Amino acid sequence: MSAVEIVRFAVRGLAANKMRSALTTLGILIGVAAVILLVAVGEGSSQSIQKNIAQLGANTLTVSSSTSGGFSRGQEATGPRTQARPLTVDDARALADRAAAPSVASVSPVVSANAQTASYEGASHAIQQVVGTYPSYFEASNKPVAKGAYFFNDDVLAARKVVVIGQTVAENLFGPVDPVGRQVTITGVPFTVVGVLKEAGSSSGFQDADDVAIAPLPSVQQSLTGFGPLSQILVKAESADAVDAAQAEITSVLDQRHGVGGAVAADYQILNQATLQETVSAATSTFTVLLAAVAAISLLVGGIGITNIMLVTVTERTREIGIRKAIGAPRGAILGQFLVEATLLSLIGGLLGVAIAVAGAQFTIAGITPVVVPGSVVLALGVSVAIGLFFGSYPANRAAKLRPIEALRFE
Amino acid sequence: MTLVLDVRDATKVYGAGETAVHALRGVSLQVEPGDYVAVMGASGSGKSTLMNIIGCLDVPTAGEFHLDGVDVGGLDDRQQAVVRNRKIGFVFQSFNLIPRMSALTNVELPLAYGGVRPAERRRRALAALDLVGLADRVNHQPNELSGGQQQRVAIARALVTSPALLLADEPTGALDSSSTLDVLGIFDRLSAAGRTIVVITHEPDVAEHAKRVIRLRDGQVVEDTRLAPVDGLPPRLGEVTA
Repeated sequence: MSAVEIVRFAVRGLAANKMRSALTTLGILIGVAAVILLVAVGEGSSQSIQKNIAQLGANTLTVSSSTSGGFSRGQEATGPRTQARPLTVDDARALADRAAAPSVASVSPVVSANAQTASYEGASHAIQQVVGTYPSYFEASNKPVAKGAYFFNDDVLAARKVVVIGQTVAENLFGPVDPVGRQVTITGVPFTVVGVLKEAGSSSGFQDADDVAIAPLPSVQQSLTGFGPLSQILVKAESADAVDAAQAEITSVLDQRHGVGGAVAADYQILNQATLQETVSAATSTFTVLLAAVAAISLLVGGIGITNIMLVTVTERTREIGIRKAIGAPRGAILGQFLVEATLLSLIGGLLGVAIAVAGAQFTIAGITPVVVPGSVVLALGVSVAIGLFFGSYPANRAAKLRPIEALRFE
Repeated sequence: MTLVLDVRDATKVYGAGETAVHALRGVSLQVEPGDYVAVMGASGSGKSTLMNIIGCLDVPTAGEFHLDGVDVGGLDDRQQAVVRNRKIGFVFQSFNLIPRMSALTNVELPLAYGGVRPAERRRRALAALDLVGLADRVNHQPNELSGGQQQRVAIARALVTSPALLLADEPTGALDSSSTLDVLGIFDRLSAAGRTIVVITHEPDVAEHAKRVIRLRDGQVVEDTRLAPVDGLPPRLGEVTA
């Protein structure tokens, strides 16, 4: 009795009841496909978030003002603090001091204005974010230009009305026309386009990273935001290793300038790229595990379906088992046949599930491009085979242990 | 000469205590090679129990049982399966073919469990089907065959391993009279060819074909009549084939 023979008997057994076999297979198929697909969705969302964070620029720290700081929390637990000092260009200058902050490579003060209407000839477009800053911002925030050039320190000093626009802006306003050298009007103020940013590609949820315009700080202040506080200060550290040191230096400089210490809590916050990345990846992996766990339950249910159907099959074929035993089938052959039947059901279900999951992963699901993790495919397939063996072993054992006289008497 | 069957003082008790049923109360039976034995008895006489023991489907409560020189009592599950496969060919009242498998596959099945190679298996299965006159029905499934044809497939399946003993349990019980004659004719010819056959039956017509008739009552052998010598032809061979 060879293994091939046993597999042939098993296939014959399954083919005898095609509908039932197909439905049982479907249970495993759904389980496997769900595991792979949900893990892929989790992985895809994790990767897109990581990419968005990386786009903020490497080795950067973002300093922004905070409303929760100020005097001790007990005193002013609610409401915005009145004594909070906004971030100013002077703060930025202080941070650029090599003596006080040796780990800082560049400092870019940033003001931003949201939803500014820009127009060029007939076309008009509401730019999601207009940023006023220094040229160092481009490098720190990881925004290279695709066409044209950046603006320079001279432009900042002279408050020239020049602007570098993102891809979305360029497409909406200029279409096929090369925007470099042309003039756009942003909220009534004419700016000359000097460059177009390289496409960032991804959009983090509802924010399009390409829907931006970047101009010199004083130009934006003059025409759009006024000379109020900065929205943030973007600091680039010397190297990845220096990020923590830079954060400490920024803290000491700003604490001194803003009178923070003792009972007074900081009126600014520093967003550390690396910390953010760690936090987010921890959160997304929890999310992925949760998805996989839900999917694993459906795989388990599929496995129980296999046990159920195999028990029915064994009962239904009791007489056949008795005949086989009477003509000399050893226990192993019967056990093998039913075990292989169960395993085939789960293996076929598993393979189809992988196929469907891989096909499904080609589509964007809920705004996320799923990324199939090879490990999850191997695991899901392995688990599905293990489920066949595990959940099939009880019915198969029952079949093998049947006593031939009783099995033959069974009607 | 080795006896094909050697049952010595076999008893079989089902249950225990006051509700115990003594199906066999010390049966001894020796069958020589080439013999054709009919075991008769009313229902409840213990003939089915005897058949189960002879067929290695059950073990006696006490007593010894040798099949073709092998002490079956001492065999484990796996060895019993081998004995059933090699030494016994079963023919049942209700045919017991496996549904949805062609006649050929059904006949090949014992050879498959015996580990015979596919080509050899097919050759022997076709030969066995030819012997029972079903060479033209090899690819039919059991539900496409008449009762007599199904029983002939079952006989082919029993013969295909060349067993030491052909064991038939009421082989004609579910057949009409012409199919019955077909099957009995096959048994007569097999007996004439030297096969050892044990038929369990309650029909005198069937028993008349045997060389030796054993009657069971209340779990004991009450009569043992020889109708023809062991090495002779079965008594009704001429009539059936004529």
